[in-house]
Amino acid sequence: MNDISDLRADLRAAHAPAKLRLIDCDVHHAMRSPTDLHPYLSKRWRDHLESYGSRPPVPFVGSSPYPKAAPALSRRDAWPANGGPPGSDLDTMREQLLDRYDIETGMLHLLFPQGMDQRNQEFGAALCRALNTWTHESWTKPEPRLKGAIMVPGEDAAAAVGEIEYWAGSSGFAQVGMVTHTIEPLGRRRYWPIYEAAAAHGLPVGLHTSGFNGHAVTGTGWPSYYVEEHHEVALSQQSVLVSLVCEGVFERFPALKVVIVEAGFAWVPSVAWRLDAAWRRMRDEVSHLARPPSDYIREHVWFTTQPADEPDRPDDLRAVIDWLGWDRLLFATDYPHWDMDDPEHALKLQLSEAERCMVFRDNARAVYARA
Amino acid sequence: MTRAPEILGGIDCDIHPAVPSITALLPYLDPYWRQQITTRGIGGLDLASFPHRIPANARPDWRPALAKPGADLDAVRAQALDAFGTRAAICNCLYGVQAVFNPHFATALARAVNDWLAAEWLDREPRLRASILVAPQDPNEAAAEIERRAGDPRFVQVLLLVMGDAPIGQRAHWPILEAAARHKLPIGLHAGSAARHAPTGNGWPSYYLEDYVSYAQAFQAQLLSLVHEGALGKFPDLTVVCIESGFTWLPNFLWRTAKTWRGVRSEVPWVDRPPADILRERVRVTLQPADAPPDADSMCRVIEQIGSDEMLLFSTDYPHWHFDGVDAFPDGISPTLRRRMLVENPLATYPRLQEVLAA
Repeated sequence: MNDISDLRADLRAAHAPAKLRLIDCDVHHAMRSPTDLHPYLSKRWRDHLESYGSRPPVPFVGSSPYPKAAPALSRRDAWPANGGPPGSDLDTMREQLLDRYDIETGMLHLLFPQGMDQRNQEFGAALCRALNTWTHESWTKPEPRLKGAIMVPGEDAAAAVGEIEYWAGSSGFAQVGMVTHTIEPLGRRRYWPIYEAAAAHGLPVGLHTSGFNGHAVTGTGWPSYYVEEHHEVALSQQSVLVSLVCEGVFERFPALKVVIVEAGFAWVPSVAWRLDAAWRRMRDEVSHLARPPSDYIREHVWFTTQPADEPDRPDDLRAVIDWLGWDRLLFATDYPHWDMDDPEHALKLQLSEAERCMVFRDNARAVYARA
Repeated sequence: MTRAPEILGGIDCDIHPAVPSITALLPYLDPYWRQQITTRGIGGLDLASFPHRIPANARPDWRPALAKPGADLDAVRAQALDAFGTRAAICNCLYGVQAVFNPHFATALARAVNDWLAAEWLDREPRLRASILVAPQDPNEAAAEIERRAGDPRFVQVLLLVMGDAPIGQRAHWPILEAAARHKLPIGLHAGSAARHAPTGNGWPSYYLEDYVSYAQAFQAQLLSLVHEGALGKFPDLTVVCIESGFTWLPNFLWRTAKTWRGVRSEVPWVDRPPADILRERVRVTLQPADAPPDADSMCRVIEQIGSDEMLLFSTDYPHWHFDGVDAFPDGISPTLRRRMLVENPLATYPRLQEVLAA
């Protein structure tokens, strides 16, 4: 007869769900140094990068206006042994993320630098091309589990479309990536050629909370603290969603899929209710919308889970997802950042096996043709 | 007209008397500003946040044929007070004082609007109370205006727009918060913008509808500011009321404050307990617009998630159009909570209301 510890192990095995390979919809790679880009820039832009550098509309040369909670906003243990910042070493990422959690596909979002928030737009376009080439050469080619986002210089829509066309045939890229802090709200017409090209190529548009646009992050000005700003960049994603819906982007491009990344998701029902209520009173102003705003949200928009919302009663999350639709949610870790969600503990909610499969893998497969 | 019986005797925490035009304020301005307004042709200072011809800004049966909605006292008596059996209603005048760039003019206008409110509305209708309009462009003058009004118990709150120059918790605003707290006047933050910043962190949206929706995000930013700047700790007697803000965003907002604070609290060591605990104690929210979910069960759940039966205050938001008839409550709010929202919660929020009603 087995002893008691064997019995326990057997019981655990009997109750453990079948091993599910995950799709992680928010992974951050990083450059070891800006010189990583040198092979992919012309002499003019290499010199420009060296002397003028990255110039989004912010006060500091080498730091965020709101110092983060941790160096490089990352987990302390994510600094690779061979030097370089967190996310810059493929082997470390394999060990800490891809192998550790058995990630089937990881969706890369590069945060720094961005081509889209460069004030010199010609440089921004060159930077996007270099960043995409570097992502391809250094990450998605050597590690096919990783898929890039085609970073576009979205404030110059023609250049952005060119960038999409250039990479659309490459299996290394699964989506189009834009910053969310844009010069105009993302639903405005200047960005429509980008949506048209993305939809035509069957590429979702991934909107990771990021970028600088010179606008105060709130409608009442600049907060003093990171603890505010961290929350408010997620609030600004609510405005991104409102803009995409109200401008009629989904009416105009019915094949367009949008993924809102790193903004949480428990806010979506209340924003949709408010939007629907306002629409009922003022639908004459947006007569291009044939249906209530919430319809477009539930048809065209997906949300990554991280940072997972944590209601006092875990079951309240179930009500949120029931409203949103279980097919709308995409699991994400945000590796290697300080507020990373561990797949084993992130969602404080008892999921059925079917729900687990959807959130951790199948929904992503449905959104991303290249997942 | 039939009345929902539980509404009789309630306190309406948000109605909007309108300044008919700047000429109505001239008697309340000093000779210098009277002359400036006249010789420079200054006028048209109604807020772009609330153009009165937009459908949402006046309910069809509350919309007069010609005049501005909310400008006529007799109409307010019949439609906002008698129809609901309202015992007292708080007038929040949405005139563009806070949006004026010249701080001297803004201060003079705030004073004029408050004098006008006292003489033209409060003196003539005993059921009316009012918020003190202040011009935060000059915080010390704003505090002085609070001092000047504080002796009149019919002024029950200090009113600011939710979108101003800078987050309200920041030190520059503390003279206003200090004066309000000292006189037990809540700070009322009302939907609307001084247009100092784009309403969203992503620039200026195309549609009025989007502006209106975006106030909910600004309310959340203001509450984050009040907590994390330590303003609510510094002024323990201060209550903040979010007016015309919606409230179904509260649950998710509170959850997120807890999570972010846990991760980043070392940045704000003076915030020594979860923000949601502080906010539930110190913040109140008005009913309309309810931004209600499509079913009563979901509303019940939202109320449970808010986790306090003291936070919600009854309001019609007259003459703005969020509901029809005389039942302002969306489905899913229990009779007990309705009663609290109508009477107990407003009385607890506005101490001055209690004194006046007892008299």
